[in-house]
Amino acid sequence: MIQAVAPKIEKNYLNEKVGLLSWLLTTDHKRIAILYTFSITVFFFIGGFFALMMRLELLSPRNWLVSAETYNKLFTMHGIIMVWFFLIPSIPGTLGNFLIPMMVGAKDVAFPKLNLLSWYIFMLGGGVTVYALFRGGVDTGWTFYTPFSTTYSTTYVVAAAVGIFIAGFSTILTALNFIATIHSMRAPGLTWFKLPIFVWSMYANSVVLILNTPVLAITLVMLAVERIFTVGIFDPALGGDPVLFQHMFWFYSHPAVYTMVLPAMAVISEIVPAFSRKPLFGYKAVAFSSIAIAVVGFLVWGHHMFVAGESVYSALAFSFLSYCVAVPSAIKVFNWTATIHGGSVSWDTPMLYAIGFIGLFTIGGMTGLFLAALGLDVHVHDTYFVIAHFHYIMVGGSVMAFLGGVHYWWPKISGKMYPEGLARLSALIVFIGFNLTFFPQFVLGYLGMPRRYAAYPEEFQMLHVLSTAGATILGVGYVLPLCYLIWAWHYGRDATPNPWRATGLEWKSSSPPPTHNFEVTPIVTAKLPYDYEAMKEELELV
Amino acid sequence: MSDPLVLELREQFATPEQQRHTSSIGIWLFLMTEVMMFGGLFVAYTVYRFNHPQAFAQGSAEMDIVLGSINSAILLTSSLTMGLAEFSAKFGRVRLSGILLFTTILIGLAFLGIKFTEYYEHYQQHEAPGVWFNHVGPHAPEVQMFFVFYFLMTGLHAVHMSIGILLLLGLIARNMVGSFSAAYHTPITVVGLYWHFVDIVWIFLYVIFYLPGLHK
Ligand code: HEM
Ligand SMILES: [Cu+2]
Repeated sequence: MIQAVAPKIEKNYLNEKVGLLSWLLTTDHKRIAILYTFSITVFFFIGGFFALMMRLELLSPRNWLVSAETYNKLFTMHGIIMVWFFLIPSIPGTLGNFLIPMMVGAKDVAFPKLNLLSWYIFMLGGGVTVYALFRGGVDTGWTFYTPFSTTYSTTYVVAAAVGIFIAGFSTILTALNFIATIHSMRAPGLTWFKLPIFVWSMYANSVVLILNTPVLAITLVMLAVERIFTVGIFDPALGGDPVLFQHMFWFYSHPAVYTMVLPAMAVISEIVPAFSRKPLFGYKAVAFSSIAIAVVGFLVWGHHMFVAGESVYSALAFSFLSYCVAVPSAIKVFNWTATIHGGSVSWDTPMLYAIGFIGLFTIGGMTGLFLAALGLDVHVHDTYFVIAHFHYIMVGGSVMAFLGGVHYWWPKISGKMYPEGLARLSALIVFIGFNLTFFPQFVLGYLGMPRRYAAYPEEFQMLHVLSTAGATILGVGYVLPLCYLIWAWHYGRDATPNPWRATGLEWKSSSPPPTHNFEVTPIVTAKLPYDYEAMKEELELV
Repeated sequence: MSDPLVLELREQFATPEQQRHTSSIGIWLFLMTEVMMFGGLFVAYTVYRFNHPQAFAQGSAEMDIVLGSINSAILLTSSLTMGLAEFSAKFGRVRLSGILLFTTILIGLAFLGIKFTEYYEHYQQHEAPGVWFNHVGPHAPEVQMFFVFYFLMTGLHAVHMSIGILLLLGLIARNMVGSFSAAYHTPITVVGLYWHFVDIVWIFLYVIFYLPGLHK
């Protein structure tokens, strides 16, 4: 019994209540997802604006647009906004909020009021950070390295730190909510190994966030205390150790980079089987690789400090462990490609983004191995090579996956179809723009262009101009979906409950779903997750 | 009288048992984040104590071991009354439970009172870090660092105590309107776990701040 016969339900979560207050006071996870979508989109374009300014400045070897001081603030604010106010909350806040309760067959998350509170805390943190930005910004880099951040910088370090500190609580509460939901709200019959991989990955992601975010919070507190009271914590002149700050920061931030990519992997693991019409290859291996990433990801932070006075022995250990952490990621890549192999693949927009993700994430991950090699890292540390590496993962990987996921679940979220042709074109534009922006940066870095400089030797200009050209194309690729998705929200064709003929409980509900997600609590009888074989038979019967 | 179990069942849950289970997962996860947060401070303390053993012993010798020990005893007693409050709620003795919760608050306030007396003493002896700090001797900056950690960590602990007291007040209010019963008293259990956690943190704080200076 496929979508065509499912009745259109008149009351859904979007139209059951109306008015601004009904949104601001909602405890419905689906509406909260929309609130997050709105906020992170705003932050994405703020962060994007700073990026654009940097790329423009770098058109010329001299400071032609902004001063070196302003440039420092630009990359700092870009990093802070993109990492803490876009990427980390992006997929969990939007798709995670919308989908986890639906995928486990629940009416809502475990703690709906807490969920709304998370959004308000997030907005408060964002507000404080934007305040710091308008008062004159911060120039320490998103990494806040001491003693510059505690002693020498004259910018709004404390305000920015407070903003991030506050937003951290929102991250923690959301993660806590997800874990509790996944543990105790699953529908009857939905055992752990029947859960979609999306849920597994988001679970691993939430565990990481619960364990690492508090460490960042307390590190920022120490930084602020040192700066406000001018006492010694990290200041070597007062007995402190600036490298301890780096240890604590990266103990948070390396796992944090995984919290930017695990949700992306979650999305890809749903899209790939749906558009290959095959069960996900090696389900358990993919599920456990998320857990492995979460665990091993906590043991590699020292690879950011190979040239910061780390002993050779710990550098060796961290280098080795960094190689190990690549294994579970590789397992996922192999399993996705094995899923595609021999499938009947259709090239709809979500799948285009998924393929883009797999390729670009692989390049990002492999160059991570270059950086984890002690000898090579001495050469490329703090160069554009590093910039290219993490943008391949965070932008080429995670942002692509986010866009893929938004397109994939758009019919479910909005009840409307997006314009497929235009969407495919934008996916292509994003892919081309991205590679043109960031591939030259690998070369730049290898040739010795350091990161965080506004001026550079003439011989690098050609590559920088290429990169800026790519960035404008990429910008177009991001604005297009914004426009046509808003258009589709109002004028798109009505979506059927399961337009992709995908498995998963979320597709069993109407599009958009009713406020309580399901008319009756679903009971899961399927033997396997991603049972596309069974679905094929069902389709043939019809 | 309406059945409190049905009254307190939130709409996202199917059964009271599921709701209770979920709350307990929630609080344990929250306590994990607390462990990591205090953990960061303990790591930093450990690194610096290892780097500056004499200075930290010197700073610790300035602690008021008598007040500190009394406070430890006081706080452990509050854990007892908290535990008994939950215990009596379990047996439906909600009035007794309320009284015990109130006792816990009083003991908690006593702890904070003594703590602030100690802070004040340190302040008078110019041991509060920052502009108030004035210490002559070979390791002055490192001794100051000891006090930075002392104020930061016990201060954060005191903040947790204060939040705990507010939570207890909330419990008492809910208890007075008859929310709790032998069948439903999950909030008491949850707040109890938080309270015990904060007590355990103090045990560690007592050890690392008061004891290193004992044999000087
Ligand atoms: C395949 C596993 C990975 C390995 C072995 C790896 C390795 C490394 C190494 C060694 C560095 C330090 C380079 C230097 O500063 O000299 C680095 C930097 C970085 N990586 Fe990765 N990485 C991996 C995956 C990821 C992922 C999944 C993300 C994000 C989602 C990521 C984001 C970053 C970021 C943001 C930086 C730069 C931090 C900064 O200095 O500002 N990496 N990576
Ligand atoms: Cu790392």
